[in-house]
Amino acid sequence: MDDLYREIILDHYKHPHNAGEISHPSCSAEKVNPLCGDEIRMDIVINNDKVTAIKFSGQGCAISIASASLLTEYSMGKKIKDLLRFSKDDIVDLLGSELTPARLKCALLSLEVIHTALKNYETKKT
Amino acid sequence: MKISSIRNDFPVFEKNKNLTYLDSAATALKPKQVIDSVVQYYSEYPSNVFRGLYPLSQRATEAYEKAREKVAQFIHAHSPSEIIFTRGTTESINFIAYAWGRLNIHSNDEIVTTIMEHHSNFVPWQELVRENGAVLKVIDIDDSNKDSLFRIEKTVFSKITTNKTKLVAITHVSNVLGTINPIKEIIAGVKRINPHCLVLVDGAQAVPHMSVDVQDLGCDFYVFSGHKMMGPTGIGVLWIRKELLEIIPPFHFGGSMIEKVTLEESRYAPPPQKFEAGTPHISGAIGLGAAIDYMNTIGVTNIQKHEMALTEYTLKRLNDFGSITMYCPQIVRHRGGVLSFNLYDSENHLIHPHDVGDVLGLENICVRAGHHCAMPLATRLGIPASVRVSLHIYNDKKDIDRLIEGLEKVRKIFK
Ligand SMILES: Cc1ncc(COP(=O)(O)O)c(C=O)c1O
Repeated sequence: MDDLYREIILDHYKHPHNAGEISHPSCSAEKVNPLCGDEIRMDIVINNDKVTAIKFSGQGCAISIASASLLTEYSMGKKIKDLLRFSKDDIVDLLGSELTPARLKCALLSLEVIHTALKNYETKKT
Repeated sequence: MKISSIRNDFPVFEKNKNLTYLDSAATALKPKQVIDSVVQYYSEYPSNVFRGLYPLSQRATEAYEKAREKVAQFIHAHSPSEIIFTRGTTESINFIAYAWGRLNIHSNDEIVTTIMEHHSNFVPWQELVRENGAVLKVIDIDDSNKDSLFRIEKTVFSKITTNKTKLVAITHVSNVLGTINPIKEIIAGVKRINPHCLVLVDGAQAVPHMSVDVQDLGCDFYVFSGHKMMGPTGIGVLWIRKELLEIIPPFHFGGSMIEKVTLEESRYAPPPQKFEAGTPHISGAIGLGAAIDYMNTIGVTNIQKHEMALTEYTLKRLNDFGSITMYCPQIVRHRGGVLSFNLYDSENHLIHPHDVGDVLGLENICVRAGHHCAMPLATRLGIPASVRVSLHIYNDKKDIDRLIEGLEKVRKIFK
């Protein structure tokens, strides 16, 4: 257990990176985890098919906030198509810990929101 | 009454050493008496009911109908024909919403419910008014001060009921706050203003823990689930007051519920058969009957007394723990054994209930964390979620001591 609540995760939870909103994002999305009511929103700015700014807002448990923080950090400068390929296993790697199915939902929430936002962007573009 | 010997009735404790189960409001553990009754049905007389002329089927039919009688006696119904077996509370409420509601509630009529309802006693009514243009009125709780009972006061109901109110749908005991609503007084007040208004009471958290007398309460529909009272999952009860049995049409149609079928039309069987189409959950009903026997052997008042004493102890330990906000009444006399709260860290930030539940879970301490299927209530309380502890007859002080130790651990991690 102490594995999941390592310093790094607690640190990202208490002092999340990229928390906030962007006033004119290229795309955004938000989602609720029906299990606990947690809510995450992502605002993303895209230039030349790359993420140049990303911020998240909302409320959630340690795992969902830490994963939003880690994931937004990771996403900076990445290509849309690479981010769309980012998977469940990659999240687990990013958090550096095994997760129970319930906690996996928390960890995946922000990834789902990013994917939704990016897909919205792509459909808008075409 | 020795709780240690009661715990011996629950095989789950043998298979899971060090289990602290504090989530009985979600579903209760099952004593071997209930499990055995189900196994016995499947191994000794696994036949359908009402159909075969052979002894096995007769035995199944008798056991199934005996279970109905037990339920009727347990909630002091007028007769077993008022007891309809369903899948549970949710199906019982939807039954009324579809079979009765959609025929009798029209545009501009009113349904009155409360902010503390479980989604199963809220969404069906929201859906109904969305379809037909009726009005859903939602009554608030009183949590104005430290001694508040977090309940629905009868005076509020009397003010909100009008001659357009067709239905009042209210929970007997809240699955989040533990509040016991003054149902009898509320119903008397409602019926004084509008004698034609029907009242549905959600007894999911009441029947497992206290003595219920549906005739004394004066309601028209009373619903609950078997699995929360130590019975099997997938079986529940809809009690309909006898005067309404003929008026209310069937919800489902098909086998078992008919008397005669021709190409042109069908005549329905008398209640309760007319309300139970298809092969019922026979083992579930038998298991529920066994759960009622089990509760009667211990005595419902003993169960309630034990839970009250343990609730008092839990309230004290939680209050002493500090940095805690409780969302429930403090006066044991007015509440059941459900307690909701949140923990705060040293900087007074909420420790997310999900994290609390997770850390406790790793110690095999089972609590619920979330909105407990009552999102409007969580919103009303201004919280995303809460931690919920709920008690039953197999819990003791040791469980609460372990809970507090677990919470200490949470506090250490989230300093
Ligand atoms: C007050 C209340 N009503 C309704 C329900 C729904 O019961 P079921 O899921 O068994 O249909 C529950 C159980 O979670 C409850 O606590």
